[in-house]
Amino acid sequence: MRSRSCLLSTLMGTAIVALCAGVAHAQETIKIGVLATLEGPFAAGGQDSMRGADLALKLHNGMAGGKKIEFIKGSSDASPDKAVAATRKLVEQDKVDIMIGPLSGDEGIAVKNYSKTQPNITFVNGSSGAQATTLVDPSPNFFRFHTEGAQWMVGLGEHALSKGYKKVFLVAEDYGFPYSQVQGFMASYCKNGGHVVKKAWVPLGTKDYSSVISTIPGDIDALVVVLGGADAVNFLTQYEQAGGDKPMIGGTITVDQTVLHFKGKRRESLLGTPSAGPMADQLDTPEWKKFVADYKAAFKDGFPSPSLFAYLYYVSTQATLLGLDAVKGDLSGGQKTYRDALQKLVFAGPAGEVKIDENRNGIGDTYITEVAKDSTGDYYNKVVKVVHNVTETLGLSKEEFQKMGLGSRDVPNCP
Amino acid sequence: MSAAQWRRAMNSGAGRSSTLRTVAIPTEPAARAAEPPRLLPPVVAALRGIRPHHLIVLAALIIYPLVASPFFTFQIGGQALALGLIALSLSFLGGQGGMVSLAQQSVAGVAGYMVAIFGTSIDPISLHWPWWLAVVAALLIATLFATFVGWLSVRTEGIYTIMITLAIGVAFYYLTLQNYSLFAGHRGFNQVHAPTVFDTNLRDAVPFYYLALACAVAGYGFIQYLIRAPFGIALQGVRDNPRRMRALGYNVTGHRVAAYSVAGLLAAVGGVLMVWYNNQISPESTGLGAMIDILVIAVLGGLSRPIGAFLGAIVFVLLQNFAIDLIARERFNLVIGGVFLAIVLFSPDGLLGLWTRFSSRLSTGGAQGKLRRGGAA
Amino acid sequence: MSARHLRTWIWSIVIGAPLAAFSIWAIADNPRQFFSTFLNGVTLAALYFLVASGFTLVFGLMRNVNLAHGSLYLLGAYVGWEVGDATDSWLLAVAAGFLTAALVGLFLQVAIFRFMQGQDLRQTMVTIGISIVLADLMLWQWGGLIYQFDPPRIIFGSIPLPIVKGYPTYRIVLLAGAIVIGVLLWWFLNKTRVGMMIRAGVDDRAMLAASGVNVQRVFAITFAIGAGMAGFAGVVGGTALSISPGEDIRYLLASLVVVIVGGMGSITGAAVGALLIGLAEQFGLAYEPTYGIVFTFVVMTLVLAFRPRGILGRPA
Repeated sequence: MRSRSCLLSTLMGTAIVALCAGVAHAQETIKIGVLATLEGPFAAGGQDSMRGADLALKLHNGMAGGKKIEFIKGSSDASPDKAVAATRKLVEQDKVDIMIGPLSGDEGIAVKNYSKTQPNITFVNGSSGAQATTLVDPSPNFFRFHTEGAQWMVGLGEHALSKGYKKVFLVAEDYGFPYSQVQGFMASYCKNGGHVVKKAWVPLGTKDYSSVISTIPGDIDALVVVLGGADAVNFLTQYEQAGGDKPMIGGTITVDQTVLHFKGKRRESLLGTPSAGPMADQLDTPEWKKFVADYKAAFKDGFPSPSLFAYLYYVSTQATLLGLDAVKGDLSGGQKTYRDALQKLVFAGPAGEVKIDENRNGIGDTYITEVAKDSTGDYYNKVVKVVHNVTETLGLSKEEFQKMGLGSRDVPNCP
Repeated sequence: MSAAQWRRAMNSGAGRSSTLRTVAIPTEPAARAAEPPRLLPPVVAALRGIRPHHLIVLAALIIYPLVASPFFTFQIGGQALALGLIALSLSFLGGQGGMVSLAQQSVAGVAGYMVAIFGTSIDPISLHWPWWLAVVAALLIATLFATFVGWLSVRTEGIYTIMITLAIGVAFYYLTLQNYSLFAGHRGFNQVHAPTVFDTNLRDAVPFYYLALACAVAGYGFIQYLIRAPFGIALQGVRDNPRRMRALGYNVTGHRVAAYSVAGLLAAVGGVLMVWYNNQISPESTGLGAMIDILVIAVLGGLSRPIGAFLGAIVFVLLQNFAIDLIARERFNLVIGGVFLAIVLFSPDGLLGLWTRFSSRLSTGGAQGKLRRGGAA
Repeated sequence: MSARHLRTWIWSIVIGAPLAAFSIWAIADNPRQFFSTFLNGVTLAALYFLVASGFTLVFGLMRNVNLAHGSLYLLGAYVGWEVGDATDSWLLAVAAGFLTAALVGLFLQVAIFRFMQGQDLRQTMVTIGISIVLADLMLWQWGGLIYQFDPPRIIFGSIPLPIVKGYPTYRIVLLAGAIVIGVLLWWFLNKTRVGMMIRAGVDDRAMLAASGVNVQRVFAITFAIGAGMAGFAGVVGGTALSISPGEDIRYLLASLVVVIVGGMGSITGAAVGALLIGLAEQFGLAYEPTYGIVFTFVVMTLVLAFRPRGILGRPA
């Protein structure tokens, strides 16, 4: 409402704006800005991430640290420019005390950089999973309570080797998130004697993989496919049509539930595909089952079970609220005590313990899964292994990790 | 344009036979309010064109940051002025030259990328030149790029231009997306900070606003001057009847390409401002969405007069920031697309056209207003 | 005459020699990869031709640069998918894709563009507005998911071919289909009355109108066919690859580049342009994957630099 009057007043004259924008807000409520991608092709993921944040607040009874919590929502279209613009509006115009968001990797880096210009506001990452956010020039007031893209793949390399996949061909989209995922996979895969014979980085949005498929050598054991959404199915169909028959290893979003439930009938070839991630649909713990039940009860229009985005925003929001509880809602002194409380926070999330390292990045569990069929014929990801306490250095020592550097087209490399 | 102005334009061109001077060329029917006496040079003509309301608007713009919050100064004011400058380059090409170029945002993007590459950012690609040198190099390269785009796209009929510039703009987007050695690929350049000059951090809200205002006023004044100068008048001739202009001995392609260079410089300045405003640049900054945004701004405001670009930019920026409080954000593109469609369908001259219709109805009374409406339908 | 001959020779050598050298190297290095990439290029070209021919037809006759052509492609694909899902018939899906886009195209021409004849720029702006609105409406209705068709098994398996071994049957069918469509289009334009009117209109609109033909009807038919081709290509292309938001831009861009390279308004030009772009894109993807798309734009820039109207273009 207040913004609407601002809009009108700007049109009429600038004088009222100052009054309007400078309205002091009462400290009985704490305002939290929530930013996600609500426009464009990623809108479905963005809406589910908002469900995750809403659910966390609802289960916290809308209160934290004895104060009422008010969400103000913002939207981007997955581009860094829009993410920063929306964040700036929430912080400077709507005067939120804490920011949660954004959704995707490069947005995260941009918002982290913006957070440095607002040292008195605390920023909690939503679901963006770029390594550089916390590994390159971290910001003292930017926290990420979940693990990131490379951590989500830790342990999958050993699992692939245990299945006898010694030589693999890699297909991935050519940008930051797959680089991280591939690094998480290759770090241990290469160390334990695996070979990634060739990497095909395909341009973002490629749909026609036929020419990439023609370059796949004949003497490999499996394909590593780090493609978003149903692009993987698309790839696999084309691969089968070209006469290919090697098994597949997936990235975190390669065989997620949107893929397993996608619109179309050709899914049989996905059975048995291993992948890894920070959560798994069919996790057999009471915390996870409660989370799924709460999600289903709260959102009739949601997905059959919470998506990765809903889960990550849920954890981020939960951490934000628990931190407020710990300081009894006291955000004075440039939020320093609040930040100290966040740093010390350890709690049980829906999929394992949540805590952060000295760069304020999550240390958590990674789940190795395989696609399976249940008794009703539905496809799901069956948990086959859990790797606990995955750090951002991917289980390597700091020196080893620094020697390797951040994931890119050529890092790591073991043909 | 009056016949007098045309004749003056002809006189300034070399090597034309005097018998051709009286040839009447179809001109814009709208008579300009401030018609300068015939022999004054264009600068004076442009200065003579200044009216009290111009000064009032300028004064309001100067006072604005003193009354507005930093957010309104920076994100609304500063951004609208910078985007307006890029849109101005499009509306100059489209309105005066009849060439709608979708690549203006790409030109701005080239400038932004060059500032990041030559200047400072967190990326090791950056060369860390002094900021002024980086800016000069960026403006130069972006202007050259614009000239090249112009040369590629204007040698056929006008309607080809929009297709070719669209294709070139998207090609540039893909190049930035895929190239890591120069354009840093998908992630782009981060922490491209505006410099600190005379102890003033241009990244702060108020200094940035005044910088953008200075650039916008300079760009606006320059275009106003150019429209009245022989070059601008010849360009309008090229727009209205290229064949006749060619017959008169004008280098039609040359004029069009030169218009691209001039517009390119404006867009480049806007691009430098935008990269400082965003503190970063990535492929999405020059993607199709951003290209269409600039077109929407220019068309929304109205292509016929330079002020339209800034009007459009203000409305667009306000919508972009506050639409989420009024409607569900998911359908923002529908609103923008719908507004754009309504404008091109019903008021081809954008908000300026609406204003002209509104004010003429006020001044001439109801009867004539009805007549106009009948005529338009 | 001899000077022109000499120039042709020089150009053939400048362009042909590196290509020949590359081909020899690539065949020696990995014949299977080279020939399957070549087939991929030709079959992708078939798809591009289907999309671009509608675009170029509309431009050729009406001077309307329809930047909503990609949206019609995507709309045809989505509606085709719905029909295919409901009826389990892929052929019905193809028909539905064609009809939907054709009807929308007809509506646009009759309700909007008819009133803007001759205002090139304004028409193009309107098509931009329509494409923004349609893209968001489609996102609203069908969401960000990826859809795939379920065509008959016979055309969706793999067939053995010499050298390349297994090759997707569907892509061969696509190629054959595009050739049939191309021939049909040629027959329609050259042998039927309406086709002759369209060709006459492309050459001289005023003369056609003066000779007593109902130009508006010819325009409406052409627009419907052109738009229908986009919807048809939507289902056919969506089957080969898949459909998702953003495909509208991709195929609009493909059509633009194809007709810019081939020459605006010429069906033969669209075929030539599609072949060039399809091959450039696939060879780029196979041999230099990260610059696959940029490659096609280099081809476009070169053609524009030396032939501003495209390879087979001629003055309007």
